[in-house]
Amino acid sequence: MTAVFDNAYEAIIDADSDARWAFGTGFENPLAGVDTSLPPDVDGADLAAYCLMLGDDALIMSHRLQQWCTRLPELEEEVAVANIGLDLLGQARLLLSRAGAARAGADGIDGGRVAEDAPPDGRAWEDHYAFFRDEHEYRNVRLAELENGDFGELTARLLVFSTWRLALLNRLTESTDPVLSAIAAKGVKEVTYHRDYAAQWTVRLGDGTDESHQRMQAGLDAVWPYVDELFVAHPVEERLAAGGAPDSAAVAVDPSTLRTEFDDVLVHVLKASTLRRPDLAATPGIAGRTGRDGVHTEAMGFLLAEMQSVARAHPEGVW
Amino acid sequence: MPVPTMTRARAVAETVTDPELPMLTLADLGVLRDVEERDGRVVVSITPTYTGCPAMDTMRDDLVHALNRAGYDDVEVRVALHPPWSTDWISDDGRRKLAEHGIAPPGAAPRRPTGPIPLTLATRRPVHAHAESVGRDNAEVTGAIRVSEVGVGVTCPWCGSAETEEVSRFSATACKALRRCRSCQEPFEHVKEI
Ligand SMILES: [Zn+2]
Repeated sequence: MTAVFDNAYEAIIDADSDARWAFGTGFENPLAGVDTSLPPDVDGADLAAYCLMLGDDALIMSHRLQQWCTRLPELEEEVAVANIGLDLLGQARLLLSRAGAARAGADGIDGGRVAEDAPPDGRAWEDHYAFFRDEHEYRNVRLAELENGDFGELTARLLVFSTWRLALLNRLTESTDPVLSAIAAKGVKEVTYHRDYAAQWTVRLGDGTDESHQRMQAGLDAVWPYVDELFVAHPVEERLAAGGAPDSAAVAVDPSTLRTEFDDVLVHVLKASTLRRPDLAATPGIAGRTGRDGVHTEAMGFLLAEMQSVARAHPEGVW
Repeated sequence: MPVPTMTRARAVAETVTDPELPMLTLADLGVLRDVEERDGRVVVSITPTYTGCPAMDTMRDDLVHALNRAGYDDVEVRVALHPPWSTDWISDDGRRKLAEHGIAPPGAAPRRPTGPIPLTLATRRPVHAHAESVGRDNAEVTGAIRVSEVGVGVTCPWCGSAETEEVSRFSATACKALRRCRSCQEPFEHVKEI
């Protein structure tokens, strides 16, 4: 073990390297060198909106997971939840960057017209989207933004979120947008672990003591009113998923087609956990509008205020 | 006969080590995908292990600096997202070096099935060292969702015992799990198959 840390330390203090992790001049575009031209017959604005939806889900969920750091019951869970949050942050960076490239492509880079929501010079699309949008411009599902509860609630939220997202990403590997397909293929490998982690804890707590069972069930009950929303297709998703026959390739996945797989996984996990599937009504949005439409819960404003505060206070800041 | 320059550029790029597993080169890890010359510049393609890997920028800088030092002034590092990185790309040399440093190398990566991804609900105590598949041959079908078990076939890098168990699916980096040997009692890390 010691040899590893000695070498890592030596690597960090390598004297003739002037740009180093953590005190360089910022992150590189995570899609540098990737061909982000629009696939034929795809509306760039729709593709950008779709990438924002999936990217915002990952970004906001990642932020909630990061807020758990230093508060988890054991060191192993600290490391696990931090790593899951980091995976989702990586997915968010790629998806927000892909959204920006599609947005630029939609307006025609050569035509000289710049998207009206384009970042100012020197600011990356991913930062622009993450830190300089307002609440109603976020397209994440409300499940991701809910105030954190106890460890039972975290486990339930992660189980629901990653079961849904894994089913989605797995189908998205067939996307006719090669960038989305590649992002999805990487994401599948990561979210497979996330779902296993959440499912294993659900069983351990649900099939544990009376107290752990009761709190796991309460966690599931807390997130359940936000489950139906995951399977409602936004018009952008409907348009991009309409590639032809139900199982043929398109840019996007219609989330309503994921419900059966989600229910199958949940039935299995809940049975092994001795938990009951909640029978709770969905929390309505406003006039039928929910997260995908930019209509969020009270928790969202507070979340963004914290997440965006440093970038907005120091918009030109580098570190 | 002079050495073709791209062979030399590739050789230089292949000496660059991973920031988090510095006993391995990026080539050992399978992160270095391609080194070629385009219009007088060296274009290096690398692929992230995990999408959130915070070391990507360091890898990029290290590659540029190594090639600059070797006399290549115009270097571009590109990201290759497809196909996604797999632990199957870690070279035999890389696996040997991992084991020498107390990190159990990965077994064969699970094949991506058609249809839903199998759920791994329970870890199982190891049976023997040669069950090479993880989450594949042990899969059982439960309803529409395949359920499998992990934890088979990871050998302790310190004493060689097959009696090891998983402590945590995640370790100091996203790509490693934390395990414990039930023979020598030592903890060790294991590069997870993806
Ligand atoms: Zn041992």
